[in-house]
Amino acid sequence: MLPNSGAPHRAGSRGGLLASELALVFRRRRTWAMLLALGAVPVLIALAVRLTSGPPAGRGPAFLDRVAGNGLFVALVGMLVSIPLFLPLTVAVVAGDTIAGEAGNGTLRYLLLAPASRARLLLIKYAAAAAFCVAATAMVALCGVGIGLLLFPAGPVALLSGDTIPLGESFLRLGLVTAYAAVSLLGLAAVGLFVSTLTDVPVGAMAATAVLSVAAQIMGQLPQLDWLHPWLFTEHWMGFADLLRQPVLWDSFGENAALQAGYVLLFGGLAWARFATKDILS
Amino acid sequence: MSAASPEGDLAIHTHRLTKAFGQRKVVHGLDLAVPYGSVFGFLGPNGSGKTTTIRMLLGLAAPTSGSITVLGRPMPSAALEVLPGVGALVEGPAFYPFLSGRANLMRLDAANRRADPATRARRVDRALDTVGLGRAARLAVHAYSLGMKQRLGIANALAVRHQLLVLDEPTNGLDPQGTREVRSLIASLAGQGTTVFVSSHLLGEIEQMCTHAAVMSAGNRVAQGTLAELRSGGAGRVRVNTPDGPAARAVLAGLGLAPEDGAGAGTLAEGGDDAVVRAPLAAGAPEPERIVAALVDAGVRVRGFAVERPSLEERFVELTGEGFDVAQ
Repeated sequence: MLPNSGAPHRAGSRGGLLASELALVFRRRRTWAMLLALGAVPVLIALAVRLTSGPPAGRGPAFLDRVAGNGLFVALVGMLVSIPLFLPLTVAVVAGDTIAGEAGNGTLRYLLLAPASRARLLLIKYAAAAAFCVAATAMVALCGVGIGLLLFPAGPVALLSGDTIPLGESFLRLGLVTAYAAVSLLGLAAVGLFVSTLTDVPVGAMAATAVLSVAAQIMGQLPQLDWLHPWLFTEHWMGFADLLRQPVLWDSFGENAALQAGYVLLFGGLAWARFATKDILS
Repeated sequence: MSAASPEGDLAIHTHRLTKAFGQRKVVHGLDLAVPYGSVFGFLGPNGSGKTTTIRMLLGLAAPTSGSITVLGRPMPSAALEVLPGVGALVEGPAFYPFLSGRANLMRLDAANRRADPATRARRVDRALDTVGLGRAARLAVHAYSLGMKQRLGIANALAVRHQLLVLDEPTNGLDPQGTREVRSLIASLAGQGTTVFVSSHLLGEIEQMCTHAAVMSAGNRVAQGTLAELRSGGAGRVRVNTPDGPAARAVLAGLGLAPEDGAGAGTLAEGGDDAVVRAPLAAGAPEPERIVAALVDAGVRVRGFAVERPSLEERFVELTGEGFDVAQ
């Protein structure tokens, strides 16, 4: 559904501000354009594999050579390809827009005059950005599963540990990978929220957030910055392989979640420190 | 000007309110006293600090120094208790262009925790009808004209019944009918006991709807009081129509008045040989009847005599300066 084309939609007729905020984010044409672009990633991968003979084993993204044998791997490869750039880019747009978008639009002052307390507004804005992180990763996974099952055979999946798990459990593992990717983006969303409190120009906040996610990944590649790596919010982004072992190794999931929680607390705190006393002059 | 009232009678009270952005003082030592039940005009040229003051009154910006009390509570510290009682239009309306007018109001109402969600739709629809937007309610705001957005902004301030309305330039962008509707709306709200604080740079607007006013100039409050007090605040002038211009001037000067020179002073009025002599009535000047008596005693042929009171507009220009440049 693409709203905004004809009849304007309604936001939150009975619910509270959170419901209204979710409706605002998820009924926006821009959000759906981003989600559709994310959904196109696994579709393109699947089509590329289907229409060619497939790459020789060991080349291209990990697991790409397994796609032709099992459609579920489309979702996995799609996630792997989207994590470094596509997913953070869309999250940067949503998170950078949170406060700066309202400020640029002038609606921030009316929300505060309603009154919504600044703390509540910040929390709700973050909650909606976090919901987008979940929706974005789910979109990649769902589109991947859909197109994979359509174009390729499905069946038990051979794991990295060599064990084979039945199809039902494979869906569960894919869900875990999706959750892992969504959690990975929560820190970035908090960074975006903070950047968004610094400016009244949403595009600036979005760009700055996107640049930070790329910069963190580049720093993660430099061996000279080894000491810094454990503190980068991008450090565990590609580390979901442990979820594909039998039994599941939860260590990387836990480390990633703790790191992201730290970022949420730190940048959420910074956003609050900035926003609580900011003069709203927009 | 009106004597300082006890705080309990004031919907808005500021004491030495000052706001500086860096070195630039935008509002300087402002004392405002807005009585409950008044329609208070906040007047001043562009750039005189009106909107900055309103932002501080509503807790959007923190004062650099000074104190603010709104509805009996300190701002901005008690903002969450005070603001549910305040409807506001600040620096023009602002809405999500891709949402309908109605959806915009529903969202802002949802942001207010004290607003009852069960009556939300009914209250919003009623507010939209009040400002004449009932039929455009489901149109996306990007299709609204400036005046329609302005009406929607006013509707937003009306969705909940408020004790105090703060309206910053409420008739901006409105057509003459819209302007008149806003005026009658404000009058009817005031009739129901709502205190209305309305800023404007349009004098006529203030003159037609306000009971009280304050005048700002370059961040300073230069006058405050009831409209009658403001009108009488300016010095009056006596005007004498007489064929004996020089003699009249001499008599006026003898009474301690200072007859005006220059254009218009002592010149011939149209259609006759009468000169018009004007002199300001400074404080301590003799009563008008004594001036007339003195003129007649001195043999001046007085053919016309009047005490001219300045219009509010003249007072406004007198207080804020004549220049067209935005004050800095």
